[in-house]
Amino acid sequence: MLHITKEFPGIKANDDITLQLKRGEIHALLGENGAGKSTLMSVLFGLYQAEQGEIRKDGKPVHIKDPNEANRLGIGMVHQHFKLVECFTVLDNIILGVEDTRHGFLQYDSARKKVMELSEKYGLRVDPDALISDISVGMQQRVEILKMLYRDNEILIFDEPTAVLTPQEIQELMDIMRGFKEEGKSILFITHKLAEIMAVADRCTVLRKGQYVGTVNVADTTREELSRMMVGREVSFDLDKKAKNVGDVILSVKDMVVASKAHNNNAVKGVSFDVHAGEIVCIAGIEGNGQTELIYGLTGLEPLKNGTITLCGKDITHASIRDRSKAGMSHIPEDRHKHGLVLDYTLEQNMVLQRYWEPEFQNHGVIRSQEVRKYAEKLIERFDVRSGQGPVTIARSMSGGNQQKAIIAREIDKDPQLLIAVQPTRGLDVGAIEYIHQQLLAERDAGRAVLLISLELDEVRSLSDRILVIFEGEIVGDFEKAEMEELGLYMAGAKRKGKGAAK
Amino acid sequence: MTKKKPLAENQMLVSILASVISIAVGLLFGFILLLILNPSKAGVGMSAMLTTGFGSLDKFGKVLYQAAPLMLCGLSVGFAFKTGLFNIGASGQYTMGAFFALIGAIVLQLPWWACLLLSCIGGGIWGIFPGLFKALFNVNEVITSIMFNWIGMFLVNLLLANMPTMLASAWGASNSDRTADLNAANPSAIIPKAGLDKLFGNSPWINISVFIAIGVAILMWFILQKTTFGYELKACGLNKEASRYAGINANRNIVLSMIIAGALSGLGGGLYYLAGTIQYVLEKSVLGMGFDGIPVALLANSHPIGTIFSSLFISYIKVGGSAMQPNFSSETINIIIAVIIYLAAFALLMRGLIVKLLKKLTRKSEKEVSA
Repeated sequence: MLHITKEFPGIKANDDITLQLKRGEIHALLGENGAGKSTLMSVLFGLYQAEQGEIRKDGKPVHIKDPNEANRLGIGMVHQHFKLVECFTVLDNIILGVEDTRHGFLQYDSARKKVMELSEKYGLRVDPDALISDISVGMQQRVEILKMLYRDNEILIFDEPTAVLTPQEIQELMDIMRGFKEEGKSILFITHKLAEIMAVADRCTVLRKGQYVGTVNVADTTREELSRMMVGREVSFDLDKKAKNVGDVILSVKDMVVASKAHNNNAVKGVSFDVHAGEIVCIAGIEGNGQTELIYGLTGLEPLKNGTITLCGKDITHASIRDRSKAGMSHIPEDRHKHGLVLDYTLEQNMVLQRYWEPEFQNHGVIRSQEVRKYAEKLIERFDVRSGQGPVTIARSMSGGNQQKAIIAREIDKDPQLLIAVQPTRGLDVGAIEYIHQQLLAERDAGRAVLLISLELDEVRSLSDRILVIFEGEIVGDFEKAEMEELGLYMAGAKRKGKGAAK
Repeated sequence: MTKKKPLAENQMLVSILASVISIAVGLLFGFILLLILNPSKAGVGMSAMLTTGFGSLDKFGKVLYQAAPLMLCGLSVGFAFKTGLFNIGASGQYTMGAFFALIGAIVLQLPWWACLLLSCIGGGIWGIFPGLFKALFNVNEVITSIMFNWIGMFLVNLLLANMPTMLASAWGASNSDRTADLNAANPSAIIPKAGLDKLFGNSPWINISVFIAIGVAILMWFILQKTTFGYELKACGLNKEASRYAGINANRNIVLSMIIAGALSGLGGGLYYLAGTIQYVLEKSVLGMGFDGIPVALLANSHPIGTIFSSLFISYIKVGGSAMQPNFSSETINIIIAVIIYLAAFALLMRGLIVKLLKKLTRKSEKEVSA
């Protein structure tokens, strides 16, 4: 790809970018959120047309006008948000668009054979007859990878593939990628996790704010060097954490039981814990051990089957979501598209999503749009939320990192007593992560209670004052400080301590 | 060089242009259809459809008169749509509204404005049911509201058949298949003409209903755009989960939105039958007015102000259509009108095309400038 330029309204997403991919290499594409990585890949995949520049394959210029054309050239892509038909089976999804037919009938048997062969060859375990809606995110990703292989693609694009995976799944994915490399396939690996680049990539191209920064050999560089290229300044991986100054109990949960939506058992089985003012309590665990339901129960999205919740001395067990919010609870949700934002609302409308009813923003039911605009501009300025058109940008068009910043701005500015942050840095780049971590620490230092739910052990260890490990809906460990390996054992359910150990 | 906003980003212009082009394409197809059906009369027929509405003040009065209930049904569908609900029950709500208005006029002998209020209540009541079923049991509102169209119509027929004082035969006329003529039963219930009939060459159709409807459209725009209530409703429509997360009571909003939508359709029914020119006839099929509200809303992209214009347009081609009568059968005319409306509803598709085209044009001119 030579000198690619792509513009969007108000923003130059790619400005004169050149990227060269060799046969049989893993080439990482690194950049902050909104640096233009996904846009560049979408140009390569034919989803967007570049205004300038050209794409060459094997030395010959090619014109990729749509994804079908990309497919013919052997270019396949796994999108950050998977493109799968939920109500189809795995096999249906893999063959979708390239179905073999005879007299108009689908040839399932030959397709199944090919899929199973590929699946075995690369160790991509899938159940071809399962519905997409029933399988885990990790398996959905394997389906996406199989889709590319089924089409005999030689250039494989992975758009932030590890953002949704557990540590074990990430390891598996890395092995699979190395396997592809040995086969002579080329991989473009979009990420902002430096550790993964160091582990698996051969070369790395860095983008910053839509511009080309440089391409380096991974073997000749360091994490620090890469992050400097990406962010444009020194990034500290160690947080400047002051001694904690713990105050009164803010949140107290007793014997909480929440039903599961996926199965008949309870997802949260009698959990009790306290969170004090001025501390960050982290709930660590492997995905799917009841964290989501625990948060739904706390925030009022799901009713409790048993137990009580007390916030600042007030019983909020049966309070409505709005009342919990008024009582001083802020919630940075796990899924920013599902819960955190109304994507088709503008940024300013989203900024007041929790507060539009306050007298500051309405007068007898009429929204005071000037106040809303002023408030949104204030938050945008203070939290450095970048967007194409400022307060009137449609939230959908913003990059993931800036969407997350907008939510964090909204929730922190509410002046909560308790801030619940669920995977607040999921899918974000180091610059944004550093920023969000600082914000969470600032809240703690300002005497607020922070409850953090995270799957990233690094994040858990560097931020939290206290770690609760959750396993199969129970708290199996409560630590002030913990070693990584020990934590891992608790998370896997191999060890228990405290109340759980009695069983 | 001052930087002008690219044409493609001017939302308003693109929307209007898209609607206009869609309408033109619709008319073209309608004409082609006419040519196929009856080549010799196609020209006459088309010109009848296009010119009748403006041809005489009398007909133009009729366009305005019919536009009012259409507008309200369109607002009803559009309003519910903004909340993420497809109110296909405008017809039943419209019938109920008409029934309530006529009870007020004939039985209770109320003045016109009180009858209109009653029509809102009638339609609103009919909107509650699909709303409640949706909110409490998550029953799809499309199914319930279709069923309530039929329930509403037969209930009204049944009640009217058992209310002899409502029928025309009780007020000095001979037929008992329709409600009483308001001129005989209660002239004060007829919507005032405010001198408009003089302006429109003594058209019997014209009254202030179209202005009431426009006023309501502006009110709806205000509610949706400027109030916290509208903010909540739209949030529910766009992302129910996120609105729940924000502490918005989604179920309450669903019911409220359906009540308002019902009241709008009901008011449409009131406006139509309180003009004093048309009597409610005991029908065997669901009234079409409520369904015509769907293309009105679609054509306007559910925008309340746009609804004003789309209802005027559809009313115009309907009045024009009836002037094609001797040359074309009424079924043919309905088909032509349907084709025009159908293609006109392609406005959304057209929008995408226009944006692309404009972008291409601006890029070209930019290149020329830089060269």
